[in-house]
Amino acid sequence: MTGDTVMKKIKLALPMVPNAEIEATKAATAIAESMRMSPDRIDEVASAVVEACINALEHSQSTEDVSVTFEVLGDQDPEKLRVTVRDNGVGFSPEEVEVRPQGDDPGGRGWGLKIIRGLMDEVEILSGPGGTTLVMSKMR
Amino acid sequence: MKGGDALMTESLNVTVDRREGLAVVYTEGYINNQGGEEIAKVAYKLIDEGYKVLLLNLGGTKIVNSIGISILIEIIEKMIEIEGKLGFCCLTHTIEKTFHIMGLAQYAPIFPDEPTAVAQLRS
Repeated sequence: MTGDTVMKKIKLALPMVPNAEIEATKAATAIAESMRMSPDRIDEVASAVVEACINALEHSQSTEDVSVTFEVLGDQDPEKLRVTVRDNGVGFSPEEVEVRPQGDDPGGRGWGLKIIRGLMDEVEILSGPGGTTLVMSKMR
Repeated sequence: MKGGDALMTESLNVTVDRREGLAVVYTEGYINNQGGEEIAKVAYKLIDEGYKVLLLNLGGTKIVNSIGISILIEIIEKMIEIEGKLGFCCLTHTIEKTFHIMGLAQYAPIFPDEPTAVAQLRS
């Protein structure tokens, strides 16, 4: 049974500048290392964070910062890393984007979501006219 | 040994080792859109020089993004067009997994190490 107690919480604000996702990736790596996650799982989290941030930075059409929150969950020991990426952009339909055939717009948002789903244990996307919130988790 | 930060820098260094009938392209750093374009520029120059067999050694890269991969797919398409061969080697577990998710592995072989890749691509 996974504990849901938030043991540690770190929030970043990413400016809308090229390669801002790198800072989020460095933070994700450091936090996952502090949880003693395996190197392969740390890399998977780092790559998923890159894709989630790129989706927000490239596709949200917002000028406001992207918010990235890292939460270490557990009871006595860290058990799960939850990452929430939020933008205040135009939103999108995850259902439409994710069923896009492969080969159609390979640099588009759908690929990022496919990669995130392939690398993380749990993924939830809430999107609407006020922005998008992507919540993804990885067990230690 | 490369540190994590060295593999997560914003820039990408690309170097080439031209060999008999094959060129090995080495990357170090983050493969994003600019990094992908840099690799493509090098690959297309090699093609113009007459190389039809290319190996991309990504041993110095820890992070790629989907935009960078989409540019690698364009290079693969170009190699298919000229009836050449392109392979990858020395990928991290996560990059290999990502290549499979994006379907890239269907069109370009992935090898665990450079000697194996060179032998297979030359055969």
